[in-house]
Amino acid sequence: MGKALLKRAGLLIGTLLLVSVLAFVAFSVIPGDPTGSVLGMEATDEQIAAFRARMGLDLPVWQRYWNWLTAFVTGDFGQSFKFDMPVSELVFTRAQATLVLAAAAFILIVVISLPLGLIAARRQGGIVDRVVTVLTQVTMSVPNFIMGIGLMYLFALVLKWFRPEYVPLKDGLGAHLRYMLLPALAVALPKSAMTVKLLRGSILGELGQDYIRTAYSKGSSRGSVLRRHVLRNAMIPVVTFLAMAIGDIMAGSIVIEQVFSIPGLGRILISSIGTRDYPVVQAIVVLLAGVVVLCNFLADLLYRVMDPRIDGR
Amino acid sequence: MVFARQRKQADTKNRKQKNWYLTIGIVLTACMLIFITVGFFWTPYKPSALSAADREAAPSLRHLFGCDQMGRDVFSRTLEGAGSTLTIALAVLAVGAVCGLVIGALCGYYGGRLDALIMRLCDAVAAFPSVLLALVVLAVTGPGKYNVIGALGVLFIPSFARLVRGEFLKYRDRDFVQSARLMGVGDLRIIFVHILPNIWPVLLSGLTIGFNNAVLAEASMSYLGIGVSPTEPSLGYMLKDAQGVFFTLPWCTAFPAAVAILLILGMGMVGEGIRERMGVAS
Repeated sequence: MGKALLKRAGLLIGTLLLVSVLAFVAFSVIPGDPTGSVLGMEATDEQIAAFRARMGLDLPVWQRYWNWLTAFVTGDFGQSFKFDMPVSELVFTRAQATLVLAAAAFILIVVISLPLGLIAARRQGGIVDRVVTVLTQVTMSVPNFIMGIGLMYLFALVLKWFRPEYVPLKDGLGAHLRYMLLPALAVALPKSAMTVKLLRGSILGELGQDYIRTAYSKGSSRGSVLRRHVLRNAMIPVVTFLAMAIGDIMAGSIVIEQVFSIPGLGRILISSIGTRDYPVVQAIVVLLAGVVVLCNFLADLLYRVMDPRIDGR
Repeated sequence: MVFARQRKQADTKNRKQKNWYLTIGIVLTACMLIFITVGFFWTPYKPSALSAADREAAPSLRHLFGCDQMGRDVFSRTLEGAGSTLTIALAVLAVGAVCGLVIGALCGYYGGRLDALIMRLCDAVAAFPSVLLALVVLAVTGPGKYNVIGALGVLFIPSFARLVRGEFLKYRDRDFVQSARLMGVGDLRIIFVHILPNIWPVLLSGLTIGFNNAVLAEASMSYLGIGVSPTEPSLGYMLKDAQGVFFTLPWCTAFPAAVAILLILGMGMVGEGIRERMGVAS
């Protein structure tokens, strides 16, 4: 197990380095640097030279990459071109909303999909199962931002339960979470549908196995078979799927922030792309990549812990 | 033994029970395709034509889907936008599937060190949400239809390559392949004539998933304003455009959204139907 883990960890660091190189080089080779959009058209040559020297834009690419990388690992993400503040400060103040949104979405996915998948699989072919199957198929087909728009329409315009005005965390945790519920639901619903489907299929697959027949024949009740035998095995692919889904949840949150005007990482990412504020874009991309890669690593770890057979491979 | 029995049960079930997924999916997809194809040749109004008199008109017989704040006919614009979305999705699929097929087939058939390296790379790319990666690529290249197609197309290669590689691994040591090899059939012919036809069901089901992901990714990116350029609007771009008047002119949002959902739903059901019929695990 130790060797396999070490290999995965090496792969993790390698992937992150690759992403950082790509994120850095991609933005360094394109023509046109931010000087023009920051200083404006009337800037004198001395002003431009001073700005480029201050931002370190006059060094060769590989040297800039090395400086950037060594600073990055110490938590110094450089200076934003557009906003006159360090990128780290900008990113960390904005990250709060995105993290709350993603965490809420993740919790909602678990809370919604586990019971539904279980009920649907338990009464296979029954009324509940059919309704759930149709609902999951339809929900899976709705892009999450359209889901967000639909929820907004229903709850803000028709039912008037929701005020489309962002409530920051400093206005109280309760109010903040209440605002985040709807966007989180928009991120969570399509993903929940996939989880329900996976769990249902996984449970049904386990129910067809020989050991289930053995369990019944030694006199176990249906509930006990489900709880003690089926669920344990059926959960393995679901847990892996959920851990892998965190990347999609983060990406979904970025889009949904735009729908609900939440000032999170997504909005600053989009606006920074627009204004060519590359230090911000680079930092956010590498950070998000870090989260995604780390989650995949954890998923792999969980998989090994839950299913000891994997070790033999 | 157990598998054989399950297989048999599934077979008889399929024969008795109609495959509703496939039927509804094909009908729905066909309707959407007809709708969009008509839009390529004919729209009731010019999609970009402004009409002061019809500004903010609600849906009626004159304007089926109503008009937006500038008096543009939403029906015509939806037709055009859906066409744009479909074109982009199909082009993305073509790039991703063809390259993925070739890479996956060669990797799966030959194996070896290069295969291991390519698959590592594919794993690394596939681990990230494609929308996020495409955003970064488009941040560098700037918006536009062809940039979207290029960025998404390349990002779709790994998932196809992995799918195809897995199937080729399954078949490359089968008896019929070895017989063909003994008879002196060339590798390329074995790959494309002997093995490829066997993996069609898996490939088709992968294509439907890829199509939906492409529609989704394109719509999300255009919605964020980093996808297509305003001169060639897609469904996602229309939704972004309509957000400002969301509460006053809901039809500007509702109809493009509905078309996008139906397009994805139809294709999703076709894929589900194929998997059900062919007994392919999803």
